[in-house]
Amino acid sequence: MIAIIDYKAGNQTSVRLALESLSASAEITDRKDTILSADRVIFPGVGAAGSAMRRISESGLIETIHEVINRGIPFLGICLGSQIVLERSEEDGGTDCIGLVAGTVKRFRPSGGKDKIPHMGWNSVELLRVHPVFAGIENNSEFYFVHSYYPVPENTDCVLGRTNYSDIEFASVIASGNLVATQFHPEKSGRIGLHVLENFCRWSGKC
Amino acid sequence: MLTKRIIPCLDIRNKRVTKGVRFQNNVDLGDPVTLAAKYYDEGCDELVFYDITASAEHRPVDIKMVAEVAACVRIPFAVGGGISSMSDISRALMAGAEKVSVNSLAVINPDIIAEGAKAFGSQCIVLGMDPIAVNKPDICPSGYEITIRGFREYTGLDALEWAKKAEGLGVGEIVVNSVNADGTREGFEINLTRIIAENVRIPVVASGGAGHPGHLVSVFKDADADAAIIAGMIHTGEYTIPQIKKSLHAAGIPVRLRW
Repeated sequence: MIAIIDYKAGNQTSVRLALESLSASAEITDRKDTILSADRVIFPGVGAAGSAMRRISESGLIETIHEVINRGIPFLGICLGSQIVLERSEEDGGTDCIGLVAGTVKRFRPSGGKDKIPHMGWNSVELLRVHPVFAGIENNSEFYFVHSYYPVPENTDCVLGRTNYSDIEFASVIASGNLVATQFHPEKSGRIGLHVLENFCRWSGKC
Repeated sequence: MLTKRIIPCLDIRNKRVTKGVRFQNNVDLGDPVTLAAKYYDEGCDELVFYDITASAEHRPVDIKMVAEVAACVRIPFAVGGGISSMSDISRALMAGAEKVSVNSLAVINPDIIAEGAKAFGSQCIVLGMDPIAVNKPDICPSGYEITIRGFREYTGLDALEWAKKAEGLGVGEIVVNSVNADGTREGFEINLTRIIAENVRIPVVASGGAGHPGHLVSVFKDADADAAIIAGMIHTGEYTIPQIKKSLHAAGIPVRLRW
């Protein structure tokens, strides 16, 4: 069973439907015991960092997510879920995040150019090395993005994929141990995105 | 590189996709879920559904249809028509829509934009606008006036002023649907699209008038649109999405070619 973490802000429907289309059983939950007994865990995401962190802090899930990582349970963060795994975000006047990956989250600031915020639409992901969750994915495939903030990990070794927007090369895929985090939405990225989810559903959590 | 989005629009009347010229002479084109699945297979980047009869029939957007579409396509889609409250927005998003489009409602009650953006995020709230060319420099200096209720009512609102106000209230994207070009298949209204696209910092979707791939090339090159809505040109079978994308690619417009 895949636990989709419920923090009452994101819309988890499309993640659940995508997993169902892969015949994977998924449960949207904020219960610690359900999350820790799951085969894998997804932190889906739309919404703002401040309210999401407040919500998971109130329900005691910060420790639970650390425990998921410590136990080696395969973990996938999507969109906001690829930001809250860092230490701190600029969003909502500065928000302390979970801190699974060293680094911060910054806002796009187009410097007088024509670029729009949010970064919305299909953009390519350059894969920097091989990884089981991206097995069979052609390099520079396009995925669906919608976000105004982007993760900046301290250690570039954990950057698995990068994407260019507004003259910034940002970490669009982070991978470290049993954690994979995508700034794009695999559940909304057509068949190529489904392929990533399918790989995640089979992944042992080891590289 | 961020690609330009091609978005088929499905106008729905009585549970069927229809297409008319300026909301008239509607032709039945089939079942919305079947057509959505077809365009998804052909590589469209996003979809938009307008439940045309919902408002007139005083009923909310068809949630069952939203759920059926969400079950079979794995790309973002927006729904509009029959959205009259926060709970309508919430139900459409929870059924699997990525975005909700508000048009007449936002003119009558602009607070819905701010409330919706705060509750669900700006990316979920799309402003649909139906501007018509007018010669009223005092009240509409941009040369375009916002109409509502299916082009039937003039509002006295200047199109550019309204776009900026909506951006300030928190919409994540603006669909600019030219009343003059709608359904004509004679090309997008470039001037109108450019005025809006150059003056807001959020994505702008051009709508109304797409008849052949060259029209899309021009709205991306000359009007700086981020996405374009197409309808009649693919509904009739005259063009397919891969054909359109190939033409755009050949013209140097970045598009998604693998799916």
